[in-house]
Amino acid sequence: MTDVVATSVPAPDTAGRPIDLHRSVPKNRFSLGRTLKYAALIFFVVIVLIPVYVLLVTSFKGTGDASPARAWALPEIWTLDNWQTAWTALSPAILRTLQMVVPSAIIAAFLGSLNGFVLSRWSFKGSNLVFTLILFGMFIPYQAVMIPLNQLVLDLGIPSGVPSLILLHVVYGIPITTLIFRNYYMTVPHELIEAARVDGAGMFRTYWSIILPISIPSFVVVLIWQFTSSWNDFLFAVFFSSSQNGPVTLALNNLANGALLQNYGVSMAGALFASLPTLLVYIILGKYFIGGLMSGSVKG
Amino acid sequence: MLKSLRRAGPALLMLAPSLILVGVFVYGLIGANFQTSITDNHTAAQATGQKPSVVVWFENYTSLLGSEAFQHSLKNLVLYTVVFLAGTLVMGFLWAWMMDKPVKGEGFFRSVYLFPFAVSFVASGVVWRWLLNSNQDEQASGLNRLFQIIGLDFLQNNWWNNVTWGITAIAIPAIWQLSGYVMALFLAGFRGIPDELREAARMDGASEWKLYRHVLFPQLSPVALSALIIIGHMSLKSFDLIMSISKPANYQTKVPAVDMYVFKSSFDYANAAAVGSILLIIVAVVIVPYLIRTNRQEKR
Repeated sequence: MTDVVATSVPAPDTAGRPIDLHRSVPKNRFSLGRTLKYAALIFFVVIVLIPVYVLLVTSFKGTGDASPARAWALPEIWTLDNWQTAWTALSPAILRTLQMVVPSAIIAAFLGSLNGFVLSRWSFKGSNLVFTLILFGMFIPYQAVMIPLNQLVLDLGIPSGVPSLILLHVVYGIPITTLIFRNYYMTVPHELIEAARVDGAGMFRTYWSIILPISIPSFVVVLIWQFTSSWNDFLFAVFFSSSQNGPVTLALNNLANGALLQNYGVSMAGALFASLPTLLVYIILGKYFIGGLMSGSVKG
Repeated sequence: MLKSLRRAGPALLMLAPSLILVGVFVYGLIGANFQTSITDNHTAAQATGQKPSVVVWFENYTSLLGSEAFQHSLKNLVLYTVVFLAGTLVMGFLWAWMMDKPVKGEGFFRSVYLFPFAVSFVASGVVWRWLLNSNQDEQASGLNRLFQIIGLDFLQNNWWNNVTWGITAIAIPAIWQLSGYVMALFLAGFRGIPDELREAARMDGASEWKLYRHVLFPQLSPVALSALIIIGHMSLKSFDLIMSISKPANYQTKVPAVDMYVFKSSFDYANAAAVGSILLIIVAVVIVPYLIRTNRQEKR
């Protein structure tokens, strides 16, 4: 059952299964079904990429170019003005987002790793209940804690903006990081830990010398997950920061909504800047990214 | 007894930071939120503690649930959830199913279908607000203009500006963003089915349809349940997309999560908290049985 959770998507050829389950479709012969399938796959690629086309095209258009009639046309004159304006407007917020995302992801990952270890390999009576109670935190609508949360953060004296957002991303990241690490540690053989115990290692020692060193792959997955979800967060940003000290999602939203004259070109260039880091993670670390998705899927 | 204590002691110590954080920030705050929701804390003076507020018990809940405006939000939430769920499940399954049998360029298709998931709702909202622009005919831009260009004029509509169905227009970008995720889940599900099962069914002379009906679908149902839970609870919390495509004050597209924000912004803390609690109850009704079931399966 945990398989669904822990497996990433394997490459098709390593599965070693018969090439085609249809009885007699030789590989290179024309087949209607096969052609239709590729046509459908490509059709959906086009559909999915439509917003990307719009985004790119519009971001290179000058203001005069934005008439409705030319909405789908390429720019008459290509210009980088929108990009420049958007960069000036967003770069401080991008920097703040980095300052928020990096520490919060690291702390949440570390806490999740501790929890995951205890709850999977050093379990005690009632540890399943503890796990379930932690996990529930993943599903709560944050709207249901927002009002008192606001008061609590105020009472604790944590400044709005980056500091309070770090705290919140750590706290509400714990359930998912715990889940991912727990699922990973489930695959660590008991013998490894028993051997350490025979050698007289206690729990902390076992964690530090045995578990932590083999956790690197899981850390990568968890860090990517936390990085992406905190980077893309908007809800906490709206409630716990202002346009002067907020992260990039807030700045982008203000950019897109705030201008007196709606300038889609600038908004779209801004949307690209705001998405670039997570897209880069997706492109460069795609394999781990998908691993993170899978681990985030709880279980069936 | 002593032994289990010796085991639980250090374990609890290791869990302590997370337990305290989750205990306070999830369970403590849920309680505090409920407390606020049963008071008459409706004004800025009360919110800041300059004026006292008294307990009115469930008055806020009954007046919210009795108001036409909040009923509209709930109706919107149901519509949005149904379309969003159906859309992502159908698309996700279709894509995974097309790629179940080896496909040339699978990596490419998979990456394209999945990439919107890496982007924030706020960033995609910028593009989709443009695509879902309600202007028609001469003034049309976005999808309405595209429909004109390809000769499907009758498809033009006012998208999210429609009072009854507007919210389903917001579900379109949501489907665009999450179908790839559901695909990844289903794909892992398909790949997780042992080849022997398929082989055996084919040996028994099962037709392609029967193979799906009796072998593959039952094996995929845990994945489908996971997807249902994840997409479902995301849909209940939906906020970012609506904020960035429509506006919080827009009646057409309001949902409880947005109402909560609007109440909070006008310092009506009691109603904001009540809306939060209502959302929590809706989520809990779905999630708690699911978590209990999962917990029980684990113990097997």
